[in-house]
Amino acid sequence: MAAQGRQGGRKSNKMTALVVDDNMVNRAIHHRLLDNLGIESEAVGNGKEAVDIHCSGRTFDLILMDMDMPIMNGIEATRKLREMGIRSTIAGVSTRSVEHEIREFIEAGLDDYQEKPLTMTKLISIIHKVKG
Amino acid sequence: MEVVQIQRTLMDYTKSLFMEGLLDSQFLQLQQLQDESNPDFVVEVVSLFFDDSEKLLNELTIALDQPSVDFKKVDSYVHQLKGSSSSIGAQRVKNACVAFRNFCQVQNIEGCLTCLQQVKQEYYLVKNKLETLFRLEQQIVTSGGSIPMIEMGF
Repeated sequence: MAAQGRQGGRKSNKMTALVVDDNMVNRAIHHRLLDNLGIESEAVGNGKEAVDIHCSGRTFDLILMDMDMPIMNGIEATRKLREMGIRSTIAGVSTRSVEHEIREFIEAGLDDYQEKPLTMTKLISIIHKVKG
Repeated sequence: MEVVQIQRTLMDYTKSLFMEGLLDSQFLQLQQLQDESNPDFVVEVVSLFFDDSEKLLNELTIALDQPSVDFKKVDSYVHQLKGSSSSIGAQRVKNACVAFRNFCQVQNIEGCLTCLQQVKQEYYLVKNKLETLFRLEQQIVTSGGSIPMIEMGF
């Protein structure tokens, strides 16, 4: 899987991921889960920061997107990223269990959705969906 | 005390936390992410949880003490606490948060105050138990032993 986590060209063939979550406990766990699978990751605290990092030219193979975040939530951020032409795999991860809320999140442009808390099994299932 | 004895004590203690519902399988997920290259992962994440929770409980106490309670704000704090407690496997804290959110949604101040007490109780209980667990682990490591892995089938 080719990585394009750096501006101006590839530095390695490692997959890259962006963790978007306002909760620092979740950010630490998701980072470690990804690290365990050999995936380089960065983390931001809300949807606006996720959009901003892409505006600066960065791209990632995978984005783990939380739903409920301040400033810009996961639904808005996903929509915005897709409008910007970002084709990375975006997996929504949330504690929401109401069907219409999950559907709204998926329709914003997700490639996958997993209920939190994230486990190794769920993450592996997400990785299988990462586009080449 | 011999290392083997402390290891046995740790196993029994950890199992009791699962049996009492204080911890769930998500805690085992965290333990599985700990290895030689990340030997303190569980302690680090749980410490983040402690810091985060104490801030949130403080904010909740202040928010519920206002003459006009902002239930949306209260709900968002509880949502955060529910999220992080669920992520580390603190099952009873998470369940207490679920009940709390129900009272936020119907804007029931008395219910919220009762739930806050309940969440605090569960939080301090699990904090105390986890600190004991980490102390036992530390004793094993200091004595040159290795921390035994809990198996799922108990």
